[in-house]
Amino acid sequence: MTTQPTQPTPPSPRPSETPPRRRPLIVGAWLWVGLPLAYGLYELVHKAKQLFTG
Amino acid sequence: MRPPVAPPGWTRWLVPPAALSVHLSIGQAYAWSVFKPPLESALDLSGTQSALPFQLGIVMLGLSAAFGGTLVERNGPRWAMSVALVCFSSGFLIAALGAAISQYWLIVLGYGFVGGIGLGIGYISPVSTLIKWFPDRPGMATGIAIMGFGGGALIASPWSAQMLETFGSDSSGIALAFLVHGLTYAVFMALGVVLVRVPRSRGARVPGAPAPLEGPQVSARQAVRTPQFWCLWVVLCMNVTAGIGILEKAAPMITDFFADTSTPVSASAAAGFVALLSAANMAGRIGWSSASDLVGRKNVYRLYLGAGALMYLLIARFGDDSKPLFIVCALVILSFYGGGFATIPAYLKDLFGTYQVGAIHGRLLTAWSLAGVLGPLIVNWVADRQEEAGKHGPGLYGVSLSIMIGLLAIGFVANELVRPVHARHHISAPKEPSDDDAADAADAAEPAAK
Repeated sequence: MTTQPTQPTPPSPRPSETPPRRRPLIVGAWLWVGLPLAYGLYELVHKAKQLFTG
Repeated sequence: MRPPVAPPGWTRWLVPPAALSVHLSIGQAYAWSVFKPPLESALDLSGTQSALPFQLGIVMLGLSAAFGGTLVERNGPRWAMSVALVCFSSGFLIAALGAAISQYWLIVLGYGFVGGIGLGIGYISPVSTLIKWFPDRPGMATGIAIMGFGGGALIASPWSAQMLETFGSDSSGIALAFLVHGLTYAVFMALGVVLVRVPRSRGARVPGAPAPLEGPQVSARQAVRTPQFWCLWVVLCMNVTAGIGILEKAAPMITDFFADTSTPVSASAAAGFVALLSAANMAGRIGWSSASDLVGRKNVYRLYLGAGALMYLLIARFGDDSKPLFIVCALVILSFYGGGFATIPAYLKDLFGTYQVGAIHGRLLTAWSLAGVLGPLIVNWVADRQEEAGKHGPGLYGVSLSIMIGLLAIGFVANELVRPVHARHHISAPKEPSDDDAADAADAAEPAAK
């Protein structure tokens, strides 16, 4: 008698994993806040240089 | 308003940018000084008068956070961010009208009073939500958001200066700049309103993380009756007073310290020093607050207060001998200042639970209002008295540095006195207003989403 091999059940997604359809939203949201912050940091480095050169 | 519950599959990594969009906006408050000189010349104001909108804004921040904290807990983060958006942006629009028709009282009312309410509600709006999403790393989560308040000035300072250069520094140019600020911040903060969600209490949860309402829970009303709340109030007040003292006087302080040395500091170099302090303030908010998740809240405050006092001692004793030593010590002090702000919500969560942590945090921020007045007052008053006594250079600051060391020592003792909250203050079977009921309603309303 052959036993029917049981089909392995796919692992349930971990709650911390991000569904692919959310990834563009995450990237967009972080860019929304990250780009102005990067501008602020760029200006900061520009100004801070004067402490050592000025 | 029903708090917005996350639909299935929502990710917690959307909540920090939502929080940052609000904090990066309201952090503009630290860049108010850009508007001071143009306002003084356009509307014939004194320095004290032109500082009034900022001072009123900070006072309103503490008051609205204290009195609005419970409303924020009850109505949820989307309501709070909406209120912050409307108040902060309309504050700028009222100020724009004031500048256009040369009515300074409208600028004070708009930016200081109305905008200040936006500051307070906006500051606490994401805190308890972030703690609920990141129960495994609350220090890091609140650090990210509160870092934004430090970073907001880095963006606003060059941006506002550029705008005044383009539109002009007369009253119509200032009005136009205020108008653009109000509209831009409204659009920028809208991301937070759209994206923020509270976690579902059932179902998906971060593996290994405790349930949001696990452990002892204390209501905001009860928390203010505990010695722990007042110990932390003293800790925050002393830490902020010590940091804000050096922050407010940074440029003249470094110039005075090295005035009689072979390496004097020019005005532009002093501006670079101020910029570096802002960076240390911002980095401390995320760095030290994240570290507190690993080493514990009490230990990290021992560092802020104990090592902070040591840094002040080094500046007082050897500050004028070595510019690098002076700069490093000041940067460390400012990183502790920022870290203190960012770690306090997680400390509150440890002691009082997540039930009404936002409201408790709001009440604790009154310590900031007092420190904001106390820190600059001590440093400026002492420096004026020393100058009258004929002192100059580092001699102007010796007494105030000693006072700061004393204040940090008081804060250190207060931190040592913090113990777990007695069980008589705990509430039984807390019912989270923003969780189960709303999740059930969301389940019923969104069957297709599953």
